[in-house]
Amino acid sequence: MIKLIKVTRSFNGQRVLDGVDLEVPKGKITVIMGKSGAGKSVLLKHIAGLIKPDSGQIIIDGFDITQATGRELQEFKKRFGILFQGGALFDSLTVFENVAFPLREKTRLSEEEIRKRVRERLDQVALPPEVEEKFPDELSGGMKKRVALARALIQEPAILLFDEPVTGLDPPMTNTVFHLISKTHEEIGYTGVVVSHDIPEVFQIADQVAMLHRGRIIAVGTPEEIQRFPDPVVQDFIHGEIDYMEA
Amino acid sequence: MIAFLRLLGQGVLEFLQGVGHVTLFLLEGLYLAFVPPFRFRRILREVFFIGFKSSVIILLTASFTGMVLGLQGYYTLKQYGSESALGSAVALSLIRELGPVLTALMVSGRAGSAITAEVGIMRITEQLDALDTMAVNPMQYVIMPKLLAGLISVPLLTAMFDVVGILGGYAVGVMILGVSSGAYFSGMVQSVVPLDINGGIVKSIVFGLLIILVACYKGYYTGRGAEGVSKATTETVVTSAVLVLAWDYILTSFFM
Repeated sequence: MIKLIKVTRSFNGQRVLDGVDLEVPKGKITVIMGKSGAGKSVLLKHIAGLIKPDSGQIIIDGFDITQATGRELQEFKKRFGILFQGGALFDSLTVFENVAFPLREKTRLSEEEIRKRVRERLDQVALPPEVEEKFPDELSGGMKKRVALARALIQEPAILLFDEPVTGLDPPMTNTVFHLISKTHEEIGYTGVVVSHDIPEVFQIADQVAMLHRGRIIAVGTPEEIQRFPDPVVQDFIHGEIDYMEA
Repeated sequence: MIAFLRLLGQGVLEFLQGVGHVTLFLLEGLYLAFVPPFRFRRILREVFFIGFKSSVIILLTASFTGMVLGLQGYYTLKQYGSESALGSAVALSLIRELGPVLTALMVSGRAGSAITAEVGIMRITEQLDALDTMAVNPMQYVIMPKLLAGLISVPLLTAMFDVVGILGGYAVGVMILGVSSGAYFSGMVQSVVPLDINGGIVKSIVFGLLIILVACYKGYYTGRGAEGVSKATTETVVTSAVLVLAWDYILTSFFM
Protein backbone atom coordinates (compact mmCIF):
# COMPACT_ATOMS: atom_id res chain seq x y z
CA MET A 1 0.00 0.00 0.00
CA ILE A 2 1.10 3.56 -0.72
CA LYS A 3 0.19 6.10 1.92
CA LEU A 4 0.73 9.85 1.61
CA ILE A 5 0.43 11.82 4.83
CA LYS A 6 0.22 15.63 4.77
CA VAL A 7 2.64 15.98 1.86
CA THR A 8 3.53 19.58 1.05
CA ARG A 9 5.79 20.99 -1.63
CA SER A 10 6.41 24.52 -2.90
CA PHE A 11 8.29 25.72 -5.97
CA ASN A 12 9.64 29.28 -6.02
CA GLY A 13 7.36 30.25 -3.14
CA GLN A 14 4.25 28.80 -4.79
CA ARG A 15 2.64 25.93 -2.89
CA VAL A 16 1.84 23.13 -5.33
CA LEU A 17 1.00 20.40 -2.82
CA ASP A 18 -0.71 21.66 0.31
CA GLY A 19 -1.06 18.72 2.67
CA VAL A 20 -1.95 15.79 0.41
CA ASP A 21 -3.44 12.78 2.21
CA LEU A 22 -4.09 9.67 0.12
CA GLU A 23 -4.09 5.91 0.44
CA VAL A 24 -3.46 3.79 -2.66
CA PRO A 25 -4.60 0.19 -2.09
CA LYS A 26 -2.24 -2.62 -3.04
CA GLY A 27 -2.88 -4.38 -6.36
CA LYS A 28 -5.49 -1.83 -7.44
CA ILE A 29 -5.44 1.03 -9.93
CA THR A 30 -5.92 4.48 -8.47
CA VAL A 31 -6.56 7.39 -10.81
CA ILE A 32 -5.57 10.88 -9.71
CA MET A 33 -7.49 13.47 -11.69
CA GLY A 34 -7.37 17.21 -11.63
CA LYS A 35 -6.99 20.28 -13.81
CA SER A 36 -3.82 20.95 -15.79
CA GLY A 37 -1.27 22.49 -13.45
CA ALA A 38 -2.98 21.09 -10.34
CA GLY A 39 0.21 19.28 -9.35
CA LYS A 40 -0.72 15.74 -10.44
CA SER A 41 2.62 14.99 -12.10
CA VAL A 42 4.49 16.54 -9.16
CA LEU A 43 2.55 14.24 -6.83
CA LEU A 44 3.44 11.23 -8.99
CA LYS A 45 7.14 12.20 -8.95
CA HIS A 46 6.96 12.34 -5.13
CA ILE A 47 5.66 8.76 -5.07
CA ALA A 48 8.45 7.72 -7.47
CA GLY A 49 11.04 9.31 -5.15
CA LEU A 50 12.15 11.79 -7.81
CA ILE A 51 11.15 14.81 -5.71
CA LYS A 52 11.38 15.12 -1.94
CA PRO A 53 8.50 16.83 -0.14
CA ASP A 54 9.03 19.91 2.02
CA SER A 55 7.12 18.09 4.75
CA GLY A 56 4.95 15.01 5.21
CA GLN A 57 5.46 11.30 4.74
CA ILE A 58 5.22 8.91 1.80
CA ILE A 59 5.01 5.37 3.13
CA ILE A 60 5.23 2.49 0.66
CA ASP A 61 4.73 -1.01 2.10
CA GLY A 62 5.72 0.31 5.54
CA PHE A 63 8.86 2.09 4.30
CA ASP A 64 8.99 5.90 4.51
CA ILE A 65 10.77 6.94 1.31
CA THR A 66 11.11 10.56 2.47
CA GLN A 67 13.54 9.40 5.17
CA ALA A 68 15.52 7.04 2.93
CA THR A 69 19.19 7.60 2.18
CA GLY A 70 20.39 7.73 -1.43
CA ARG A 71 21.36 4.04 -1.60
CA GLU A 72 18.19 2.81 0.16
CA LEU A 73 16.06 4.84 -2.21
CA GLN A 74 18.02 3.57 -5.22
CA GLU A 75 17.33 -0.02 -4.10
CA PHE A 76 13.70 0.76 -3.44
CA LYS A 77 13.23 2.22 -6.92
CA LYS A 78 13.73 -1.26 -8.38
CA ARG A 79 10.11 -1.94 -7.36
CA PHE A 80 8.87 0.89 -9.57
CA GLY A 81 8.03 1.24 -13.19
CA ILE A 82 6.95 4.59 -14.58
CA LEU A 83 5.36 5.56 -17.85
CA PHE A 84 6.26 9.20 -18.47
CA GLN A 85 4.02 11.66 -20.27
CA GLY A 86 6.22 11.83 -23.38
CA GLY A 87 7.44 8.23 -23.04
CA ALA A 88 10.97 9.34 -22.03
CA LEU A 89 12.48 6.81 -24.41
CA PHE A 90 16.24 7.15 -24.86
CA ASP A 91 16.49 8.68 -28.31
CA SER A 92 19.97 7.31 -29.02
CA LEU A 93 18.78 3.71 -28.49
CA THR A 94 16.55 1.51 -30.66
CA VAL A 95 13.20 0.21 -29.44
CA PHE A 96 14.80 -3.12 -28.54
CA GLU A 97 17.65 -1.44 -26.64
CA ASN A 98 15.18 0.82 -24.81
CA VAL A 99 13.07 -2.09 -23.59
CA ALA A 100 16.13 -4.20 -22.80
CA PHE A 101 17.81 -1.33 -20.93
CA PRO A 102 16.58 -2.13 -17.38
CA LEU A 103 17.48 -5.81 -17.81
CA ARG A 104 20.97 -5.03 -19.13
CA GLU A 105 21.57 -2.53 -16.33
CA LYS A 106 20.09 -4.37 -13.40
CA THR A 107 20.29 -8.11 -14.13
CA ARG A 108 22.88 -10.62 -15.31
CA LEU A 109 20.56 -12.34 -17.78
CA SER A 110 22.02 -13.78 -20.98
CA GLU A 111 21.52 -11.84 -24.21
CA GLU A 112 19.26 -14.68 -25.43
CA GLU A 113 17.03 -14.44 -22.35
CA ILE A 114 16.88 -10.66 -22.65
CA ARG A 115 15.84 -10.97 -26.31
CA LYS A 116 13.10 -13.43 -25.33
CA ARG A 117 11.73 -11.22 -22.55
CA VAL A 118 11.79 -8.08 -24.70
CA ARG A 119 9.87 -9.91 -27.42
CA GLU A 120 7.29 -11.09 -24.87
CA ARG A 121 6.74 -7.55 -23.60
CA LEU A 122 6.50 -6.09 -27.09
CA ASP A 123 3.96 -8.79 -27.97
CA GLN A 124 2.02 -7.90 -24.84
CA VAL A 125 1.68 -4.30 -26.04
CA ALA A 126 0.94 -5.47 -29.60
CA LEU A 127 4.11 -4.26 -31.31
CA PRO A 128 5.44 -6.35 -34.22
CA PRO A 129 9.10 -7.54 -34.44
CA GLU A 130 9.99 -5.06 -37.23
CA VAL A 131 9.60 -2.19 -34.73
CA GLU A 132 12.52 -3.46 -32.64
CA GLU A 133 15.26 -1.87 -34.74
CA LYS A 134 13.53 1.50 -35.11
CA PHE A 135 14.56 4.60 -33.17
CA PRO A 136 11.98 6.51 -31.07
CA ASP A 137 11.78 9.43 -33.51
CA GLU A 138 10.60 6.99 -36.21
CA LEU A 139 7.54 5.98 -34.13
CA SER A 140 4.06 7.48 -33.84
CA GLY A 141 2.87 8.87 -30.49
CA GLY A 142 0.82 5.75 -29.74
CA MET A 143 3.71 3.42 -30.56
CA LYS A 144 6.06 5.43 -28.32
CA LYS A 145 3.60 5.03 -25.43
CA ARG A 146 3.41 1.29 -26.05
CA VAL A 147 7.21 0.95 -26.16
CA ALA A 148 7.43 2.98 -22.95
CA LEU A 149 4.81 0.69 -21.37
CA ALA A 150 6.78 -2.38 -22.46
CA ARG A 151 9.93 -0.90 -20.90
CA ALA A 152 8.07 -0.04 -17.68
CA LEU A 153 6.74 -3.62 -17.49
CA ILE A 154 9.95 -5.46 -18.37
CA GLN A 155 11.01 -6.02 -14.76
CA GLU A 156 7.48 -6.84 -13.61
CA PRO A 157 7.31 -3.96 -11.13
CA ALA A 158 5.20 -4.12 -8.01
CA ILE A 159 4.16 -0.48 -8.50
CA LEU A 160 3.54 1.11 -11.88
CA LEU A 161 3.03 4.86 -12.21
CA PHE A 162 1.45 6.43 -15.29
CA ASP A 163 1.88 10.14 -16.00
CA GLU A 164 -0.83 11.25 -18.44
CA PRO A 165 -0.62 7.98 -20.43
CA VAL A 166 -2.97 9.07 -23.23
CA THR A 167 -2.23 12.78 -23.63
CA GLY A 168 -1.93 13.69 -27.30
CA LEU A 169 -3.39 10.42 -28.58
CA ASP A 170 -6.44 10.04 -30.81
CA PRO A 171 -9.59 8.36 -29.33
CA PRO A 172 -8.91 4.84 -30.75
CA MET A 173 -5.31 4.92 -29.49
CA THR A 174 -6.52 6.29 -26.12
CA ASN A 175 -8.80 3.26 -25.77
CA THR A 176 -5.97 0.95 -26.90
CA VAL A 177 -3.60 2.30 -24.25
CA PHE A 178 -6.25 2.08 -21.50
CA HIS A 179 -7.03 -1.46 -22.64
CA LEU A 180 -3.32 -2.35 -22.45
CA ILE A 181 -3.05 -0.88 -18.96
CA SER A 182 -6.06 -2.89 -17.87
CA LYS A 183 -4.81 -6.09 -19.54
CA THR A 184 -1.26 -5.86 -18.13
CA HIS A 185 -2.69 -5.06 -14.69
CA GLU A 186 -4.72 -8.25 -14.80
CA GLU A 187 -1.67 -10.25 -15.91
CA ILE A 188 0.92 -8.81 -13.52
CA GLY A 189 -1.22 -7.49 -10.68
CA TYR A 190 0.81 -4.34 -9.98
CA THR A 191 -0.37 -1.43 -7.86
CA GLY A 192 -1.11 1.29 -10.38
CA VAL A 193 -1.29 5.07 -9.99
CA VAL A 194 -2.58 6.84 -13.08
CA VAL A 195 -2.47 10.61 -13.39
CA SER A 196 -4.95 11.75 -16.01
CA HIS A 197 -7.60 14.29 -16.88
CA ASP A 198 -9.19 12.15 -19.59
CA ILE A 199 -12.69 11.87 -18.20
CA PRO A 200 -14.68 9.62 -18.47
CA GLU A 201 -12.37 7.22 -20.43
CA VAL A 202 -10.00 6.84 -17.47
CA PHE A 203 -12.85 5.54 -15.24
CA GLN A 204 -12.88 2.25 -17.20
CA ILE A 205 -9.51 1.22 -15.66
CA ALA A 206 -9.93 2.76 -12.20
CA ASP A 207 -10.62 0.89 -8.99
CA GLN A 208 -10.31 4.13 -7.05
CA VAL A 209 -10.42 7.76 -8.15
CA ALA A 210 -8.99 10.76 -6.27
CA MET A 211 -9.42 14.40 -7.21
CA LEU A 212 -6.53 16.81 -6.64
CA HIS A 213 -7.57 20.44 -6.35
CA ARG A 214 -5.50 23.39 -5.11
CA GLY A 215 -2.85 21.11 -3.71
CA ARG A 216 -5.21 18.85 -1.75
CA ILE A 217 -7.16 15.67 -2.35
CA ILE A 218 -10.77 16.82 -2.15
CA ALA A 219 -12.54 13.56 -3.08
CA VAL A 220 -11.74 9.85 -3.03
CA GLY A 221 -13.93 6.91 -4.00
CA THR A 222 -14.83 4.38 -6.63
CA PRO A 223 -15.59 5.77 -10.11
CA GLU A 224 -19.31 5.48 -9.35
CA GLU A 225 -18.96 7.30 -6.02
CA ILE A 226 -16.90 10.06 -7.59
CA GLN A 227 -19.50 10.58 -10.33
CA ARG A 228 -22.13 11.10 -7.61
CA PHE A 229 -19.82 13.17 -5.37
CA PRO A 230 -21.71 16.32 -4.26
CA ASP A 231 -18.79 18.78 -4.40
CA PRO A 232 -19.45 21.20 -7.32
CA VAL A 233 -15.69 21.37 -8.14
CA VAL A 234 -15.69 17.60 -8.76
CA GLN A 235 -18.93 17.72 -10.73
CA ASP A 236 -17.78 20.67 -12.86
CA PHE A 237 -14.53 18.86 -13.63
CA ILE A 238 -16.22 15.57 -14.55
CA HIS A 239 -18.78 17.30 -16.76
CA GLY A 240 -16.24 19.63 -18.34
CA GLU A 241 -17.92 22.83 -17.15
CA ILE A 242 -16.16 26.09 -18.01
CA ASP A 243 -14.14 27.45 -15.11
CA TYR A 244 -15.15 31.11 -15.29
CA MET A 245 -12.59 32.08 -12.66
CA GLU A 246 -9.79 30.76 -14.89
CA ALA A 247 -11.40 31.87 -18.16
CA MET B 1 23.04 52.42 2.02
CA ILE B 2 21.65 49.48 3.98
CA ALA B 3 19.59 48.44 0.96
CA PHE B 4 22.73 48.54 -1.19
CA LEU B 5 24.69 46.44 1.31
CA ARG B 6 21.82 43.97 1.55
CA LEU B 7 21.73 43.66 -2.23
CA LEU B 8 25.49 43.23 -2.36
CA GLY B 9 25.40 40.60 0.39
CA GLN B 10 22.59 38.74 -1.34
CA GLY B 11 24.56 38.76 -4.60
CA VAL B 12 27.71 37.45 -2.91
CA LEU B 13 25.72 34.74 -1.10
CA GLU B 14 24.04 33.63 -4.34
CA PHE B 15 27.41 33.54 -6.10
CA LEU B 16 28.97 31.44 -3.33
CA GLN B 17 25.95 29.15 -3.29
CA GLY B 18 26.29 28.70 -7.05
CA VAL B 19 30.02 27.92 -6.79
CA GLY B 20 29.29 25.42 -4.01
CA HIS B 21 26.59 23.75 -6.08
CA VAL B 22 28.87 23.38 -9.13
CA THR B 23 31.69 22.07 -6.93
CA LEU B 24 29.44 19.42 -5.38
CA PHE B 25 28.25 18.48 -8.87
CA LEU B 26 31.89 18.05 -9.98
CA LEU B 27 32.89 16.07 -6.90
CA GLU B 28 29.90 13.75 -7.21
CA GLY B 29 30.65 13.21 -10.90
CA LEU B 30 34.30 12.37 -10.25
CA TYR B 31 33.54 10.23 -7.17
CA LEU B 32 31.17 8.07 -9.21
CA ALA B 33 34.08 7.10 -11.49
CA PHE B 34 35.37 4.97 -8.60
CA VAL B 35 32.04 3.35 -7.72
CA PRO B 36 30.78 0.26 -9.62
CA PRO B 37 29.39 -0.21 -12.21
CA PHE B 38 32.45 1.14 -14.07
CA ARG B 39 31.26 2.45 -17.39
CA PHE B 40 34.29 1.96 -19.63
CA ARG B 41 32.23 1.76 -22.82
CA ARG B 42 30.40 4.98 -22.05
CA ILE B 43 33.73 6.70 -21.28
CA LEU B 44 35.22 5.40 -24.55
CA ARG B 45 32.19 6.60 -26.46
CA GLU B 46 32.56 10.08 -24.96
CA VAL B 47 36.31 10.15 -25.69
CA PHE B 48 35.41 9.36 -29.29
CA PHE B 49 32.85 12.16 -29.36
CA ILE B 50 34.78 14.85 -27.47
CA GLY B 51 38.29 13.86 -28.60
CA PHE B 52 38.33 12.08 -31.94
CA LYS B 53 35.47 14.02 -33.50
CA SER B 54 37.11 17.33 -32.52
CA SER B 55 40.43 16.39 -34.10
CA VAL B 56 39.72 17.81 -37.60
CA ILE B 57 38.73 21.22 -36.28
CA ILE B 58 41.77 21.19 -33.97
CA LEU B 59 44.09 20.28 -36.88
CA LEU B 60 42.70 23.11 -38.99
CA THR B 61 42.84 25.70 -36.19
CA ALA B 62 46.33 24.60 -35.15
CA SER B 63 47.81 24.73 -38.63
CA PHE B 64 46.47 28.22 -39.35
CA THR B 65 47.49 29.49 -35.90
CA GLY B 66 51.03 28.15 -36.44
CA MET B 67 51.17 29.70 -39.89
CA VAL B 68 50.05 33.12 -38.63
CA LEU B 69 52.57 32.93 -35.78
CA GLY B 70 55.29 32.04 -38.29
CA LEU B 71 54.36 35.00 -40.49
CA GLN B 72 53.94 37.58 -37.70
CA GLY B 73 56.97 36.32 -35.80
CA TYR B 74 59.21 36.39 -38.86
CA TYR B 75 58.53 40.05 -39.73
CA THR B 76 58.78 41.17 -36.10
CA LEU B 77 62.03 39.28 -35.45
CA LYS B 78 63.50 40.39 -38.76
CA GLN B 79 63.51 44.02 -37.52
CA TYR B 80 66.00 42.94 -34.85
CA GLY B 81 67.87 40.49 -37.09
CA SER B 82 66.70 37.55 -34.97
CA GLU B 83 64.82 35.44 -37.54
CA SER B 84 66.60 32.36 -36.18
CA ALA B 85 64.57 32.72 -32.96
CA LEU B 86 61.36 32.06 -34.90
CA GLY B 87 61.19 28.38 -33.83
CA SER B 88 61.37 29.20 -30.14
CA ALA B 89 58.87 32.07 -30.47
CA VAL B 90 56.33 29.86 -32.22
CA ALA B 91 56.85 26.88 -29.88
CA LEU B 92 56.70 28.90 -26.65
CA SER B 93 53.59 30.80 -27.75
CA LEU B 94 51.84 27.57 -28.62
CA ILE B 95 52.94 25.37 -25.72
CA ARG B 96 52.43 27.95 -22.98
CA GLU B 97 49.35 29.79 -24.17
CA LEU B 98 47.73 29.34 -27.52
CA GLY B 99 47.66 25.52 -27.58
CA PRO B 100 45.72 25.00 -24.34
CA VAL B 101 43.52 28.10 -24.69
CA LEU B 102 42.52 27.71 -28.34
CA THR B 103 41.99 23.96 -27.97
CA ALA B 104 39.70 24.57 -24.98
CA LEU B 105 37.76 27.27 -26.82
CA MET B 106 37.32 25.08 -29.91
CA VAL B 107 36.27 22.00 -27.90
CA SER B 108 33.86 24.15 -25.92
CA GLY B 109 32.30 25.50 -29.12
CA ARG B 110 32.04 22.10 -30.78
CA ALA B 111 31.57 19.50 -28.04
CA GLY B 112 30.57 21.65 -25.03
CA SER B 113 27.53 23.15 -26.72
CA ALA B 114 26.50 19.71 -28.06
CA ILE B 115 26.81 18.18 -24.57
CA THR B 116 24.61 20.89 -23.04
CA ALA B 117 22.01 20.37 -25.76
CA GLU B 118 22.12 16.57 -25.34
CA VAL B 119 21.87 16.58 -21.54
CA GLY B 120 19.33 19.43 -21.61
CA ILE B 121 17.06 17.54 -24.00
CA MET B 122 17.42 14.45 -21.81
CA ARG B 123 16.27 16.60 -18.88
CA ILE B 124 13.24 18.21 -20.55
CA THR B 125 12.08 14.93 -22.12
CA GLU B 126 12.37 13.23 -18.70
CA GLN B 127 15.02 10.75 -19.89
CA LEU B 128 17.15 11.61 -16.84
CA ASP B 129 14.15 10.97 -14.57
CA ALA B 130 13.53 7.69 -16.42
CA LEU B 131 17.10 6.58 -15.62
CA ASP B 132 16.57 7.53 -12.01
CA THR B 133 13.36 5.49 -11.72
CA MET B 134 15.18 2.48 -13.21
CA ALA B 135 17.63 2.81 -10.29
CA VAL B 136 20.36 3.95 -12.69
CA ASN B 137 22.12 7.03 -11.35
CA PRO B 138 21.97 9.64 -14.15
CA MET B 139 25.06 11.36 -12.74
CA GLN B 140 27.00 8.13 -13.17
CA TYR B 141 25.49 7.08 -16.48
CA VAL B 142 25.47 10.44 -18.28
CA ILE B 143 27.72 12.96 -16.52
CA MET B 144 30.70 11.00 -15.16
CA PRO B 145 31.77 9.55 -18.56
CA LYS B 146 31.69 13.03 -20.11
CA LEU B 147 33.81 14.55 -17.30
CA LEU B 148 36.43 11.80 -17.59
CA ALA B 149 36.41 12.05 -21.37
CA GLY B 150 37.09 15.79 -21.06
CA LEU B 151 40.01 15.07 -18.74
CA ILE B 152 41.46 12.55 -21.21
CA SER B 153 40.67 14.20 -24.55
CA VAL B 154 41.52 17.87 -24.07
CA PRO B 155 45.20 17.32 -23.04
CA LEU B 156 45.65 14.97 -26.03
CA LEU B 157 44.03 17.46 -28.39
CA THR B 158 46.24 20.20 -26.94
CA ALA B 159 49.36 18.14 -27.60
CA MET B 160 48.14 17.63 -31.16
CA PHE B 161 47.47 21.37 -31.48
CA ASP B 162 51.02 22.19 -30.33
CA VAL B 163 52.69 19.78 -32.77
CA VAL B 164 50.58 20.79 -35.76
CA GLY B 165 50.98 24.48 -34.90
CA ILE B 166 54.77 24.15 -34.76
CA LEU B 167 54.69 22.43 -38.16
CA GLY B 168 52.46 25.23 -39.49
CA GLY B 169 55.02 27.80 -38.31
CA TYR B 170 57.74 25.67 -39.94
CA ALA B 171 55.86 25.61 -43.26
CA VAL B 172 55.63 29.42 -43.40
CA GLY B 173 58.90 30.36 -41.67
CA VAL B 174 61.21 27.76 -43.23
CA MET B 175 59.58 26.63 -46.47
CA ILE B 176 58.20 30.00 -47.63
CA LEU B 177 60.19 32.74 -45.89
CA GLY B 178 63.56 30.96 -45.90
CA VAL B 179 64.47 30.65 -42.22
CA SER B 180 67.04 27.88 -41.67
CA SER B 181 65.43 24.57 -40.72
CA GLY B 182 68.21 23.80 -38.24
CA ALA B 183 67.84 27.21 -36.57
CA TYR B 184 64.07 26.78 -36.31
CA PHE B 185 64.32 23.49 -34.42
CA SER B 186 67.53 24.09 -32.44
CA GLY B 187 66.16 27.41 -31.11
CA MET B 188 63.04 25.57 -30.06
CA VAL B 189 64.95 22.80 -28.27
CA GLN B 190 67.09 25.31 -26.38
CA SER B 191 64.32 27.64 -25.27
CA VAL B 192 61.48 25.24 -24.36
CA VAL B 193 62.06 23.93 -20.82
CA PRO B 194 60.07 21.21 -18.97
CA LEU B 195 58.25 23.88 -16.94
CA ASP B 196 56.70 25.22 -20.16
CA ILE B 197 55.47 21.78 -21.17
CA ASN B 198 54.22 20.95 -17.67
CA GLY B 199 52.42 24.28 -17.51
CA GLY B 200 50.72 23.54 -20.83
CA ILE B 201 49.67 20.10 -19.65
CA VAL B 202 48.26 21.40 -16.35
CA LYS B 203 46.35 24.11 -18.20
CA SER B 204 44.87 21.64 -20.67
CA ILE B 205 43.74 19.32 -17.85
CA VAL B 206 42.10 22.19 -15.94
CA PHE B 207 40.48 23.61 -19.08
CA GLY B 208 39.25 20.16 -20.16
CA LEU B 209 37.55 19.59 -16.85
CA LEU B 210 36.23 23.15 -16.71
CA ILE B 211 34.54 23.25 -20.12
CA ILE B 212 32.93 19.82 -19.81
CA LEU B 213 31.83 20.62 -16.25
CA VAL B 214 30.14 23.82 -17.41
CA ALA B 215 28.54 22.00 -20.37
CA CYS B 216 27.18 19.17 -18.21
CA TYR B 217 26.00 21.44 -15.39
CA LYS B 218 24.16 23.83 -17.71
CA GLY B 219 22.47 20.89 -19.45
CA TYR B 220 21.60 19.06 -16.23
CA TYR B 221 19.95 22.14 -14.73
CA THR B 222 18.51 23.54 -17.95
CA GLY B 223 15.39 25.72 -18.03
CA ARG B 224 12.06 24.57 -19.43
CA GLY B 225 11.43 23.69 -23.05
CA ALA B 226 13.39 24.40 -26.21
CA GLU B 227 14.03 27.96 -25.08
CA GLY B 228 15.63 26.74 -21.87
CA VAL B 229 17.96 24.40 -23.74
CA SER B 230 18.85 27.10 -26.27
CA LYS B 231 19.68 29.54 -23.45
CA ALA B 232 21.73 26.90 -21.62
CA THR B 233 23.72 26.13 -24.77
CA THR B 234 24.59 29.79 -25.32
CA GLU B 235 25.52 30.18 -21.64
CA THR B 236 27.82 27.17 -21.90
CA VAL B 237 29.88 28.66 -24.72
CA VAL B 238 30.07 32.14 -23.14
CA THR B 239 30.76 30.94 -19.58
CA SER B 240 33.37 28.41 -20.74
CA ALA B 241 35.21 31.04 -22.80
CA VAL B 242 35.30 33.53 -19.91
CA LEU B 243 36.35 30.86 -17.39
CA VAL B 244 39.08 29.50 -19.67
CA LEU B 245 40.59 32.97 -20.12
CA ALA B 246 40.29 33.81 -16.41
CA TRP B 247 41.84 30.50 -15.33
CA ASP B 248 44.53 30.93 -17.97
CA TYR B 249 45.65 34.10 -16.21
CA ILE B 250 45.52 32.43 -12.78
CA LEU B 251 47.51 29.39 -13.92
CA THR B 252 50.01 31.47 -15.90
CA SER B 253 50.75 33.52 -12.81
CA PHE B 254 51.65 30.25 -11.03
CA PHE B 255 53.95 29.02 -13.77
CA MET B 256 55.84 32.26 -14.48
